[in-house]
Amino acid sequence: MATEEMLIWIAKASYFLAAVLFILGIKRMASPVTARKGIVQAGIGMVVATLATFAITGGHNIGLILAGIAIGVIPTWLWGKKVAMTDMPQMVALFNGMGGGSAAAIGAFELFKITDPGHPLPPMVTIGLAVLGSLIGSVSMTGSIIAWAKLDGRMDKRFNFPGQQVFNFLILAAAIVAGLALVAWNVQPWLIVAFFALALAFGILMTLPIGGADMPVVISLFNALTGLAVAFEGYVMNIPALIIAGTVVGAAGTFLTQLMAKAMNRPISGVLFSNFGGGGSGEAIAGSQKSIEASDAASLLYMADKVIIVPGYGMAVAQAQHKIWELSQALIKAGKEVKFAIHPVAGRMPGHMNVLLAEAGVPYDLIADMDDINPEFKTCDVAIVIGANDVVNPAAKTDKSSPIYGMPILNVVDSRQTIVIKRGKGTGFAGIENALFYADNTRLLYADGKEAANQLISELKGIEGGGGRARPQACVRGVDGGG
Amino acid sequence: MIDGFLALYIFMLAAFTGKEIIGRVPVILHTPLMSGSNFVHGIVLVGAMIALAEATTPLGMTIGFIGVALGAGNAAGGYVVTERMLEMFKSSKDKK
Repeated sequence: MATEEMLIWIAKASYFLAAVLFILGIKRMASPVTARKGIVQAGIGMVVATLATFAITGGHNIGLILAGIAIGVIPTWLWGKKVAMTDMPQMVALFNGMGGGSAAAIGAFELFKITDPGHPLPPMVTIGLAVLGSLIGSVSMTGSIIAWAKLDGRMDKRFNFPGQQVFNFLILAAAIVAGLALVAWNVQPWLIVAFFALALAFGILMTLPIGGADMPVVISLFNALTGLAVAFEGYVMNIPALIIAGTVVGAAGTFLTQLMAKAMNRPISGVLFSNFGGGGSGEAIAGSQKSIEASDAASLLYMADKVIIVPGYGMAVAQAQHKIWELSQALIKAGKEVKFAIHPVAGRMPGHMNVLLAEAGVPYDLIADMDDINPEFKTCDVAIVIGANDVVNPAAKTDKSSPIYGMPILNVVDSRQTIVIKRGKGTGFAGIENALFYADNTRLLYADGKEAANQLISELKGIEGGGGRARPQACVRGVDGGG
Repeated sequence: MIDGFLALYIFMLAAFTGKEIIGRVPVILHTPLMSGSNFVHGIVLVGAMIALAEATTPLGMTIGFIGVALGAGNAAGGYVVTERMLEMFKSSKDKK
């Protein structure tokens, strides 16, 4: 008996240690210098807490527990190791969905336990939190899976039908009613099943109409929700470490979600309940898009002193980050100042572009946030936009009828010259024309991002080697074409 | 069982901690941080393990097993992905 008490004491002390390690670990992730140590520290906390749990479970169902851990760990570990950096957002969504599902499973377990004959009825608060955690966890699970499928290109963009919002609202309302019935009326197996079915369905339904560009906000929101679900189930299970870790993640995630929504100038409700491009399409834009060949674009770069590169989701799709860095290195070698400008919501996650550039080896001190870089576009000779669209559209500042009016943008339009690398003439995610592409000093280089960077590198080498080939002419021709 | 108000205090303090921690994170680390916090809620594994250890019925064991597998996936996957991302952040001074 004494040993058992001691084991439980050790387990509780380990949970405390784990909670401290989690908070310290997340705090260390706040600086690029210590971030790596931070995740290792949090990882140690997780291992400590898991090992300690074996001490309290007393060997019950140990085979099942070990099998469950093996089934959970092995495939995700291997998959996580080999997945491409560009696919990180969907992986985070998927793993987050698993966490939500696990919290929902705990809730389901606790609720079904109550239906056992002779089991004492726990206090209403406990049932309430089990139900709330289950609801949030279920929504987060199925919602994250849909987010994963969309980002992974397994599912076509958006799915809309008339009366969708009303229908979704009714499903949510039904789930809440079922949940309230569990708390206040009676815990019946059929009611538990109905409640989970509704909650899981709502997660799918609410995520279906949301498009890819809004996914950063949605994943962040689901991440926060899973944290909350874990915290609630932690109360039900009487494990403070779950309450603390879950709440910290819930609060941090909520705050991060707000930051992102603010960066897009869209209220969170707007992300969840309305679609980009659903409203007006903005004013028609006069003028034409003027294309440029890689050789002329390279000449422009050769003559520039300061170059700012603006990457977007298109760079990720084209896997062009390595080539872009190679191009930047060539420019730096030629004595030019090169910087990268990152819009807060460029890509599919906050900081998505930073991760990709870091993967390619771009030092983080060359990468600038929107507020820092925006004044610099005025002194920039050539801005290269690769795969970014809506986040550089000046209509967000000038055209009140545009759906993206009011969204903070990168002031690429201030740059003396702009080269836009783009695959075709299509519009961005918001489905609106980009005034920047029609500006007199903008040239479009129609090519795959990787291919374009490659061409620019070799053209640049050609210019340097051969003393330049008719570059003033190229420039003049470009301007003439602008008309 | 934890006293209701004590739990509320824990909840409140942890919420402030979470908000304060992230308030100082530079934008370039937002993705790794989201991924890192995603890993941290993998602690749900511990709750699922305890639930599964308690389970006596086939239904309970099934649900507990699902919970453990999903929680373990969250923790393991979240860790690998975050660590890989953070490994890449280097300043120009670190380079040889």
